[in-house]
This record gives sequence, structure tokens and C-alpha cells, in this order.
Amino acid sequence: MKELVIISGKGGTGKTSLVAAFASLVENKVLCDADVDAADLHLIMNPTVKERHDFQSGHDAIINAEKCTRCGLCRELCRWNAVREDFTIDSIDCEGCGVCVYFCPEKAIDFPLKTCGEWYVSDTRFGPMVHARLGIAEENSGKLVTQVRQEAKKMAEAQEIQLILTDGPPGVGCPVIASMGGASAVLVVTEPTVAGRHDMERVAQLADFFRVPVMVCVNKADLNLDATSDIRKFSEGKGYAFVGTIPFDPVFTKAMVEGKTILEYDSRSEAAKAVLKIWNGIMESMVNSTA
Amino acid sequence: MIISIASGKGGTGKTTVATNLALSLGKGVQLLDCDVEEPNAHLFIKPVFEKTEVVAASVPEVDEEKCNLCGKCGEICQFKAIVVIGDTVLPFPELCHSCGGCMEVCPVKAIREGERVLGIAEMGRSGDLEFAHGRLRVGEAMSPPLIRKVRSLTKSDGVTIIDAPPGTSCPVIASIKEADFVLLVTEPTPFGLHDLKLAVGAVRILGIPSGLVINRSDIGNDRVREYAAEVNLPILMEINFDRRIAEAYSRGQMLVEVMPEWREKFVRLYDRIAELVEAGKH
Repeated sequence: MKELVIISGKGGTGKTSLVAAFASLVENKVLCDADVDAADLHLIMNPTVKERHDFQSGHDAIINAEKCTRCGLCRELCRWNAVREDFTIDSIDCEGCGVCVYFCPEKAIDFPLKTCGEWYVSDTRFGPMVHARLGIAEENSGKLVTQVRQEAKKMAEAQEIQLILTDGPPGVGCPVIASMGGASAVLVVTEPTVAGRHDMERVAQLADFFRVPVMVCVNKADLNLDATSDIRKFSEGKGYAFVGTIPFDPVFTKAMVEGKTILEYDSRSEAAKAVLKIWNGIMESMVNSTA
Repeated sequence: MIISIASGKGGTGKTTVATNLALSLGKGVQLLDCDVEEPNAHLFIKPVFEKTEVVAASVPEVDEEKCNLCGKCGEICQFKAIVVIGDTVLPFPELCHSCGGCMEVCPVKAIREGERVLGIAEMGRSGDLEFAHGRLRVGEAMSPPLIRKVRSLTKSDGVTIIDAPPGTSCPVIASIKEADFVLLVTEPTPFGLHDLKLAVGAVRILGIPSGLVINRSDIGNDRVREYAAEVNLPILMEINFDRRIAEAYSRGQMLVEVMPEWREKFVRLYDRIAELVEAGKH
């Protein structure tokens, strides 16, 4: 069983659109939306939710005003200045470390487990999908990412499905780290811009650090053919599998507006053909890799 | 005045707006790039860096001679960053949130403050524009502490523009909280709209006035405009899709340098923001 995680470094390069397109190309797979912070894959996949689960992680600290003597020890100890002058706790600033709870001489601080999101197991026209929604302004996104990936893996094992396609988040921080650990490979979707190149190098470096094989493709490639060529050379120099390029094509937006993958919208477009080539490149690379 | 540029969805044009707005305003402006995971503003502003600071988080270091293996450190830790196993104490510095609890609770004062490097903060200037950004160490999971360090460089006067990361969780909150205004940048597509709603949710939880820039405004559909009207989110600027803009961006060129007519539009954008902030005070 293999898991391909699609990441980018830079936001907006086309990860989700590409995952949706791959979903229409591959028969047996589990879809996993690990971009729990700003999940969009469901807007194309249109899932029917079969299971809904609360995601609980971390704690809130809440001062019980009746027991509080305003001794101020919590305010001294809190490294986030989350305890206000009126001895209420700002839940956005609160890190959930429990230090105030532990040391309060009156045991006046409650420390309930937080429900900070939900995760779902759903059916789509392209097969099963695990996805999630992190609450706005919440922390613990890495843990929710881990949860959805674990559930996708369980489902793949139970149904003897050999491939998990995971839509990853942008950046290089905790949700991205959580999305790539143990992956068979990552596909870095980048764009031929200075920002795209800069960000791609960082996220590829992260994948190297976690010893996950890297594949690269360039979206909107004809925006700057020199930059595309530089990215190809860079990738090959690093031993990353360069699996192809996709031309800039309004079909991506038009398909998205209709809630379709680009293959459903126009399978004869240049972009759709390019995606097919890339998918073949990915399959070759994954078959040949030692992962 | 502190203006934070955020979005929800990645790739909508936050850095384009932040850098061009900062450059168009002339003197007394500071740009802070708080997208410490993938800082891009410097690629366009091209500042001369004058100072670099290594930024570290405090993590436990255990003096094994003093340690009596009581296990209180492991009990208080909410993040499994320090554990007693048999006759060893194992810190996991990469999991540590630097709350200081283990150090505080240790009855024999066996835990001292060690360091985990988060990344660097770099400060510099480009002409009149003051610039700073953070660069997260690749492999570091937590960006908010480095973002807070960059935010601490905010000048007490003039205008500070903050380029925030994409998303709506803790790195974005660290980049927008206590700003006077959050300028949201979106694209008029289903993904743009979906993530914009999350961003508006975050901004409203924090109680900060906000407005909208619609980038690539002539593609997609009208749902973003309808939504903005429904929730009283003023549309302050639209940038139409123009391949020239995209190509200039791809080369690391500033929009207001390639198409100088945009400078005035960014100045007017600032004026509208200033009006809204002033109106919000009454």
C-alpha cells in the first residue's frame, strides 16, 4: 500500500485541483484531505458524509471565579500572558500548557479537553474520502492531520486498497510535517516563479529530512519557461523525479466553478493531457522507487 | 497603524498586495513578513539586510546528577516533551511548547533552560522602507513563536504592514492579532470563497475591522462579491487577471515598478483603510 502526498511549499500552485484530477484517473484509491486548516478538496469531490467524529485535542483553561482569590500566581507563571487583569483567560492566547491549573493554590482553574474540529469518512463519485475541518483559530492542526491520515490508512488496509492520495497543506510547519511522515513519496507542485521556486526548495528539503522520496511538477509552466527549465535542472540535480509540466489553462478555474475535475470538464484540454502524462510519470516513479 | 494582510486560501496575492502597498506609501513604513515558513516578500523588496538574530525557544535540559526521578516533570507536561522511563529522564525538545512547567515543578531544581533553534529573524531596509522577516528552520514544527518575535519588531509609529501566512490556524492568528485592520485577499473562485469565509470567521473572533481585495477579479464567478455584501465586508480593491502581472510576479518584479499606475491605486487603498479604522473608533 502506498501513500502519495501532494504538497507545494507555496500556496495556490494547484495541489487540490491536481489531486481532484488524479482522483478521476485512478480506480482504486482512498482520498485523504490533510489540508485541515483550509480544506477545499470536498468542493470538487462533493462527498456524502458517512461518519462524523469530533476531534478532541488539547485543553482549555477556565478560571472558576467563585474559587479564585486573585492571588495572581497564574498571571506570573503564564508565558503567554493569557490571564487577563480581570482573571479571565483569553482562550486564543492560552496554549493549554496547564501550568496555571497545576499551581493554582485554590485549584480554581478547570482544564476541560477541547473539541477543536471534526473529521469525516465519506463516499464520493471517485471512491472513499477521509477529510476534516479544524475549528477557526485552533491549534493542534498537526494532530488532526495525523488523525485523517491514520483513518485513511486503516480504510485502505481494511478494503485492500493499494493507494492513498493525500492533499497536503502549504508551508513547512507542523501540519506539513504531519502530512509527510511515512509517506511513500511526495509530489511537490510548484510554479515557475521566484516565490514558487524558493518555497519548493524548502519543502523539498523538509521531505529530504524525513527521507521521503520527492517528485516535482511545474504548474502554469508557460508563465516563465526559463524558470520552469531551471526548476527541472534543479530537481534532477537533487535526484528528485521531475514528472512533468502543466500549461496555464483557465480550464482549472472553469472546472472548479462547476465542481468538476478538469478531466470531467474537458478531458481533451492541453492541461488534462498534461495531467495524464504526469500521472503516468508518477506511477513509473513509484513503481521504481524502493519505498 | 498596523495592517495585516491575510487570506485563508494560499496563492491569492497577499505578498503582492503587502509589498506593493508598503512600497507605494513612501516614508515611515515598515513591512514585516510573518509567513516565516515560506517568506517571499524579500524576493520582491530585495532589502539590504543589516541584522540577523537567531531565535530560539526554551526547552528542558536535565541535570542527571540532581534528578531524583520523581516524575513530576512528566506529569505536568501536556505535550509529552519530557518523560521518565525507568531510571532515565528523556526530554523531547521538538515537542516542547516552552511553558516552563517542568522547570517550575522540579523539586530539586534539576531542570535548566536549554534551547531549540526556531529559525532566524532578519532586519534590513530597501530605500525608505524598513523590512523584517522570520525564516523558520526547516524541520521546526512551530511557527508562532518566531512570528511573535517578528511582530515584536513593530515600530511604535508610522505604518506597519504584515504579510501573513495562508490558512486560519495558529500561525495566522499570531500574524493578525492586535492589528488595527486585516486586509483579506481572495480570488473569486469556490476555493477562494470557502477559505475566505474561514478567514472572516477568524477576524471576527478577534474583533478586528477588515476589508477585501479581490485578485484576478474577472475570472471565476460572483459568489465572493455576493458573500462580501452579505457579511458587510467592504471590497476595497480589485485586481483583474492580467498575464503581464503574473509574468512580472514570476520574475520577482514589483507590480508598482512594472506598471506605475498601480502606485496611486495602492495609496487610495491605504486611504480607504485609514478611513475605516477611524470610523471604527467612533
